[in-house]
Amino acid sequence: MSPHRSTGRAPGAQPSSGERAAGHATFMGMPPFPEAAKSAVEDSQMRHNLRLATGTIRGKREAVVSELDDWPDLRQAGKAIKDRTLRHLDTYLEQLEEAVTAAGGTVHWAADADEANEIVTGLVQATGESDVVKVKSMATQEIELNEALAQAGITAYETDLAELIVQLSDDLPSHILVPAIHRNRAEIREIFRDRMASWGVPAPEELSDDPRALAEAARVHLRERFLNTKVAISGANFAVADTGSMVVLESEGNGRMCLTLPQTLISVVGIEKIVPTWSDLEVFLQLLPRSSTGERMNPYTSTWTGVTPGDGPQEFHVVLLDNGRTDVLADTVGRQALRCIRCSACLNTCPVYERTGGHAYGSVYPGPIGAILTPQLRGTASETEASLPYASSLCGACYEVCPVAIDIPEVLVHLREEVVARPGHRAEKAAMGAAGWLLNGEHRLDTAQRAASAARSLVPRRMPGPASAWTDTRDIPEVPEESFRSWWRREGAAEAPEHTGDGGDEDAQEGGRR
Amino acid sequence: MRIALFVTCVNDTLYPRTGQAVVRLLHRLGHEVVFPPSQTCCGQMHYNSGYRREAQKLAVRFVETFADADVVLAPSGSCAAMVRDNYPRLGEPGSRLDRAVADLAPRVYDLSELLVDVLGVTDVGAYFPHTVAYHPTCHGLRLLKLGDRPYRLLSNVGGIDLRELEGATECCGFGGTFAVKNPDVSAAMGSDKARNAVATGAEVLCAVDNSCLMHIGGTLQRQRAGMKTLHLAEILASTEQEPATP
Ligand code: SF4
Repeated sequence: MSPHRSTGRAPGAQPSSGERAAGHATFMGMPPFPEAAKSAVEDSQMRHNLRLATGTIRGKREAVVSELDDWPDLRQAGKAIKDRTLRHLDTYLEQLEEAVTAAGGTVHWAADADEANEIVTGLVQATGESDVVKVKSMATQEIELNEALAQAGITAYETDLAELIVQLSDDLPSHILVPAIHRNRAEIREIFRDRMASWGVPAPEELSDDPRALAEAARVHLRERFLNTKVAISGANFAVADTGSMVVLESEGNGRMCLTLPQTLISVVGIEKIVPTWSDLEVFLQLLPRSSTGERMNPYTSTWTGVTPGDGPQEFHVVLLDNGRTDVLADTVGRQALRCIRCSACLNTCPVYERTGGHAYGSVYPGPIGAILTPQLRGTASETEASLPYASSLCGACYEVCPVAIDIPEVLVHLREEVVARPGHRAEKAAMGAAGWLLNGEHRLDTAQRAASAARSLVPRRMPGPASAWTDTRDIPEVPEESFRSWWRREGAAEAPEHTGDGGDEDAQEGGRR
Repeated sequence: MRIALFVTCVNDTLYPRTGQAVVRLLHRLGHEVVFPPSQTCCGQMHYNSGYRREAQKLAVRFVETFADADVVLAPSGSCAAMVRDNYPRLGEPGSRLDRAVADLAPRVYDLSELLVDVLGVTDVGAYFPHTVAYHPTCHGLRLLKLGDRPYRLLSNVGGIDLRELEGATECCGFGGTFAVKNPDVSAAMGSDKARNAVATGAEVLCAVDNSCLMHIGGTLQRQRAGMKTLHLAEILASTEQEPATP
């Protein structure tokens, strides 16, 4: 799919766990969006897979959202709860720490990815285990935990079906919720057939591409893993401050296996995942499944509070992760991105995402939310992050579907301002400055229009240089014989009373501007 | 009614016939049109590209130019949306610009809003005996929330054969500088929009925004698809005596 995916091993090769982990692809060093998107839009198989998958899920979401009369109220409530929580985040975090500790869990604080990885690695090492099972989690992908564990000789086994597909094929996730959305079932069968054996229980000889057969192969493969692994790592969709409870929503039940069977459970949770109380949680348990999978109710919602003697993991750690989030919180426009509940509705509805897939964003968080979150978490100094705020036509479809009303276009424009304020982009700044100058004087505009009309027969259909970005695929409009204002002076003004415009003070207005 | 026309820089420079159609249509309906000559551009391109200061200057020019107008018509959905939706974000709260925007922005309308909401007409007496598909455009749809106004106006046009456009609510891929900053994705979106447009079997694709139509029309023309694009104003201005040609 992506030219940047690391190359897979020869099918059937039996790697050691170290080799296996070293094969993990990461998003580091990906090219800027326009370049990555260029090859993505030419991938007809991926375009087809994505068109089908996003189209289906869009339809399901639309159906279950439009059946609720109070959806706009729920959405406002979700937004308000998150905003209130973020305003008093310090208070709620302390409350959470107290409650988790009182319930027999241990709280760790991680300022950045390195700190979080170090904490988790240390905790796993303390158990003496070298294998861990994982519940699908964006936070651990953000910090590249699997790679960090591999460095310490620990193998992390993904247990979410789609994450498993991605892991087996040394691929990168391309979607928040459905990381293998860019794959179709024929491709998945190939991956299972070729790669499962090197990770554990092999796929059956005669595996077909029937979804049920594929799910059964994954079930058998994973079952052994669940029964034999003593440490699990998860994220959390929500952390309830007043009771210290963690909440994970998933569709397969594989997450619940990881959350209940092992001895030790370690959860890496972004600090923005807090909700104050269970009645606040209730709002999100309505918003999330309908926005995310298009279901009225989530199939597997697991909640746990610290440690319960004789039931489930007997050791529980939560690592509260900042990794740039307090910086985002300090930005009055950008902070709304922290309301995100990772439903992926914005990805599924985004016309850009549908055509490029997730890899082109070069970021763990793809799509519209990735375009505003990643540049905020990682800054806009590198070309790849700086290209993300432009990976949108500002059509507003993402804002419309976002269950917590994040005005993604507003944040995109805000981040473009930040990118423009950096050094560089000289040609663009010069062009924008010139256009601004031209447009901020009606006589200048008039003169330019006359010049364009005079030269109209000379405008070629295909243009060289930067203009070819337009003319490679589209004809340019014909320049008219005269502009509207020129016509108006002759014809329009004859019929209607001339407006005493303030054009005369144009030069006065210009004073001191340039 | 006396209507101040903000023709927009794109219409002024590249699509004067849209402005002329607006004037013809409003005169036919018995209204007066004024064109304050100090108008230039709403600043949308600068704002959307992150050039806030340049956008502010153009916003100042806009509010000064139209301060006295009873109603302002912007025959471009995205420009009307720029003024109504983004101008309030441009001035510091309580600043002169901010106050001027708060005063003026509610009086700025797109063509379909002006006709349906302000002038109270849905049948403008137009005649256009052609097959037409309507593309709602993102700003018209999601920011201005034009709803069925353009359809109501079009469905009352004599002789018209309106066709439904598949995937109508999806962006055409223009997006201002997006079209050149991400030309490949823009072209991919444009080609899907063009395909859906052609599939309607219509002769004409109509919208309230010539910027989107420049992109879709340019794509259709490059493909030699044999389908034209027309601004809503040109269809509504068309009569049996003075017919518009697709
Ligand atoms: S930004 Fe909104 S729509 Fe997108 S994933 Fe987050 S909550 Fe969902």
